[in-house]
Amino acid sequence: MSLRQVALRVGVEPAFLSKIERDVAPPPSEAKIVALAQALGEDPDLLLAMAGKVSSDLQAIIRKRPQLIGELLRQLKAQPDHAILSIVRQVTDGDW
Amino acid sequence: MITLQHEQLVFRFPHVDDDAGIRIDFQRTLRLPDDGHDYHLPPGLGRFPLRHIEDFDLGTSNYRKARGGIIMPMFQTDALWLNFSSLGYGRPELPVALKIGAGKINAVSGEKWGDGLSQDPQNYVVLPAQPWLDGFNVEKGKVRQFVAMPLGKGYTVEEQIDPESDVGGIQIEAIPMKKEAYEELKAKREEVSSMRFGVSMMMACEAPASMEMGLGMGGSMRQEIYDDEYGLDAWDLANSQRCFIMLANAEQWMSITGEEPPLSPISAEAYSKAGLPWFDYYDGDRKAIEGAKALGNIKSVKAIAEAKRADTWPKEKSKIDYLVKKTKGMNVSDGSW
Repeated sequence: MSLRQVALRVGVEPAFLSKIERDVAPPPSEAKIVALAQALGEDPDLLLAMAGKVSSDLQAIIRKRPQLIGELLRQLKAQPDHAILSIVRQVTDGDW
Repeated sequence: MITLQHEQLVFRFPHVDDDAGIRIDFQRTLRLPDDGHDYHLPPGLGRFPLRHIEDFDLGTSNYRKARGGIIMPMFQTDALWLNFSSLGYGRPELPVALKIGAGKINAVSGEKWGDGLSQDPQNYVVLPAQPWLDGFNVEKGKVRQFVAMPLGKGYTVEEQIDPESDVGGIQIEAIPMKKEAYEELKAKREEVSSMRFGVSMMMACEAPASMEMGLGMGGSMRQEIYDDEYGLDAWDLANSQRCFIMLANAEQWMSITGEEPPLSPISAEAYSKAGLPWFDYYDGDRKAIEGAKALGNIKSVKAIAEAKRADTWPKEKSKIDYLVKKTKGMNVSDGSW
């Protein structure tokens, strides 16, 4: 997919997207980054992190219980992926 | 392990690699006219919401929670397609054999849901070669669109095969490639990635009172289901994962979850009139499998509605003219949204 096609899908000027790609313009808004992730088939959290941002829904989760969630994240900071995944809620499988 | 992330089912196979796995989402789409024509692939208009089934009170259907899995809303005659992608940003993709059932009827082979994989007839699709599945495999190179209908009225494929069936929903089982086979494959594989999305526009539509939905057959479209190039020995059945997706009637979605259900997309005619694209996907390097013989006598929702003299199937214009975008690899629509 060309830069122009991506820009059209996301609703920004191709020149602006080119500047972002070359790191000569600041990252776009969260909404544009999420749209960019969809257009590219990538994870929005990953692209937001690459832009130095955190999604607003994650911010809301932290703001609701800042001490508990903050402490949880600090505790998990150095854990390997498989250890973190072991506490992520899983989809259940039953009798069918 | 299976998790929910951004309205996607994520199947991970950490015994192979930390980021080995696949994502599946259920795309809302245009309902194809059922007029005897074979259409191209309709666009994706956004993901259906997915929720853990055990979080909600299903009233008289609470016993369905024993099946585990997730719940997803659809209105009567809403259409969907399954969108597949691989985990691992910029990494080689782990091949996965995927069985897909509708009311425990295998959508690829037309046979009743059973354990294991079969190649005669093939009862699975292979990811990442297969980017999407839009319907039941009725002929080589042709599928009939997945369309939601309430259970208990005889419209679904499962009820036509077994009138007593009341399973409903969608069933998925993901079987990863054996680790050793994957290691051998890594060095020589060519990556394929595809996308297919349109403009999201919606309108309200009527819904029936029945709580659970199953899948019937809608209009016909051109879509190939690819042959398994690796063979049955490549698949690691001991590490398969499966999920039951209950289809809730969207009319009840608000009372079950407290959330608004997504409204039905606009008609295929209105979408096409706006000059928005349909899609064509062709992979000349791969061989398509034959259609499922077991689905040969299944009637479409429209045909059943006509026989019943019911107004279940919305009125439609015959043969829509539309714009087609070819897609393979990263070629996608450049529509504005």
